[in-house]
Amino acid sequence: MRNFDYVAPTSLAEAVQAFGQAGGRARALAGGTDIIDQIRIGRRTPELLIDTKRVPEMMVLEDDGAGGLRIGAGVPLSRVRDHASVRAAYPALATAAGLVGAIQIQNRATLGGNVGNAAPSGDTIPPLMVLDATVVIAGPRGTREEPVANVFAGPGQLTIQPDECLVEFRVPAPRANTSSYYVRFIPRAEMDIAVVGVGVSMMLNGGGQVEDVSIALASVAPTPVAATAAQDVLRGQTLTRELAREAGERAEEATSPISDVRGSADYRRELTKVLTRRAVAACAGQLGVSLS
Amino acid sequence: MMSNRKLVQFTVNGNPVEVAIAPRQTLLEVIRDEVDLTGAKEGCSNGNCGSCTVEVDGVTINSCCALGVEMEGRTINTIEGLAPGLDLHPIQQAFMENGGLQCGICTPGFILSTDHLLKMIPNPSEEEIRLYLAGNLCRCTGYDKIVRSVQAAASAMSS
Ligand SMILES: Cc1cc2nc3c(=O)[nH]c(=O)nc-3n(C[C@H](O)[C@H](O)[C@H](O)COP(=O)(O)OP(=O)(O)OC[C@H]3O[C@@H](n4cnc5c(N)ncnc54)[C@H](O)[C@@H]3O)c2cc1C
Ligand code: FES
Ligand code: FES
Repeated sequence: MRNFDYVAPTSLAEAVQAFGQAGGRARALAGGTDIIDQIRIGRRTPELLIDTKRVPEMMVLEDDGAGGLRIGAGVPLSRVRDHASVRAAYPALATAAGLVGAIQIQNRATLGGNVGNAAPSGDTIPPLMVLDATVVIAGPRGTREEPVANVFAGPGQLTIQPDECLVEFRVPAPRANTSSYYVRFIPRAEMDIAVVGVGVSMMLNGGGQVEDVSIALASVAPTPVAATAAQDVLRGQTLTRELAREAGERAEEATSPISDVRGSADYRRELTKVLTRRAVAACAGQLGVSLS
Repeated sequence: MMSNRKLVQFTVNGNPVEVAIAPRQTLLEVIRDEVDLTGAKEGCSNGNCGSCTVEVDGVTINSCCALGVEMEGRTINTIEGLAPGLDLHPIQQAFMENGGLQCGICTPGFILSTDHLLKMIPNPSEEEIRLYLAGNLCRCTGYDKIVRSVQAAASAMSS
């Protein structure tokens, strides 16, 4: 592996200073499950790695005081996967955290890294999007909070500046009668990258109609995308099998897939329809509404 | 930048060590080439095969996907530390008795992943065993005998 420098700041102020001084020559090192291999094969060539795991602000995993959750960018996915309130309140996120790689990967990999790597296939990204998560971004010009959905510029590329870093994710309190679900298709049982992934968050009203719904797709476009036409089909309606099917059909409109080793563009369009239908039905099932 | 080594202190199998590590050295390289413990193996060097599995601060990781310089103050356990002296750990015994290995390259990783699994789930189902060992690949043995070895270890350790 080519050489680089390494620092491990122990406060956010120190980390911000390190990113600020290095400008574009540094990258964050969280679990290293993407970046170390990318350096080895020459896909990324940082001169400095800034370790995020000793920055206390990036290691929080706690209630935000308003019923929501703060998840530091450097917290390992195994802790997200096993966290009682993630499992209870944000099942899509718990599922996705438990799908990334295998146990050894989950013990190291982080949300900061999954988002920071900006792969269209990142499994935790559709759940973060449909749960309306925001991310706190720090840099020399101060700190700001953005919807997770806004930080992706393209494959491997974030909209944040090279001298900025992700600090923590904030997942708002779940609303009443709301559930979420994430499903992906891979050709094997474990250890593969999503051919297509679908996250759904849905709220039903007292009459059993869809009060609100959010759907996001992985691996079907240069960035993870919201399936807005599918959402529009569902909102305000009473859920039926036919409606779930129609949502699946309309989800395709959000896709602009490529063909690669994992699947052709046509296959990805078809999978988008099927997985969206199934994810909507499964999410309804978690809310006690059976579509079968 | 080739001389930007840093002095890093951590413990390996209970022994404190201090090593001068270049940032580009993976934890696997440090363990094998600086600490001279060759139980952890390099298979794929990209996080897929699990033959480099070690335990850091109580959880298993792929040491090929971590840097040595990250280890300041950490507690590392390798296959060499699993059982004292020449004794075998019940998991090692079970793999031996159930044909859970052939060439042995993957075995240190499988055994440490099994140890991690049994600490979390003392009596795992077959499905749980296959899930928790999904990050370990074996090209010789066939997974049925490995699953059987894990089951034997679980019952030996819970009896
Ligand atoms: C065998 C294997 C299987 C995998 N399977 C999956 C899978 O099923 N699904 C999936 O989605 N991914 C998978 N991955 C990819 C990878 O594990 C995930 O993307 C993981 O979440 C990356 O997290 P990390 O902490 O290891 O990131 P790192 O490698 O440390 O960092 C990844 C990128 O994010 C940037 N970054 C990290 N933290 C920050 C921060 N705080 N601020 C700004 N930028 C930051 C880094 O600079 C780097 O560019 C797999 C990887 C391997 C090796
Ligand atoms: S050598 Fe580390 S996972 Fe294969
Ligand atoms: S025994 Fe040879 S790779 Fe598993």
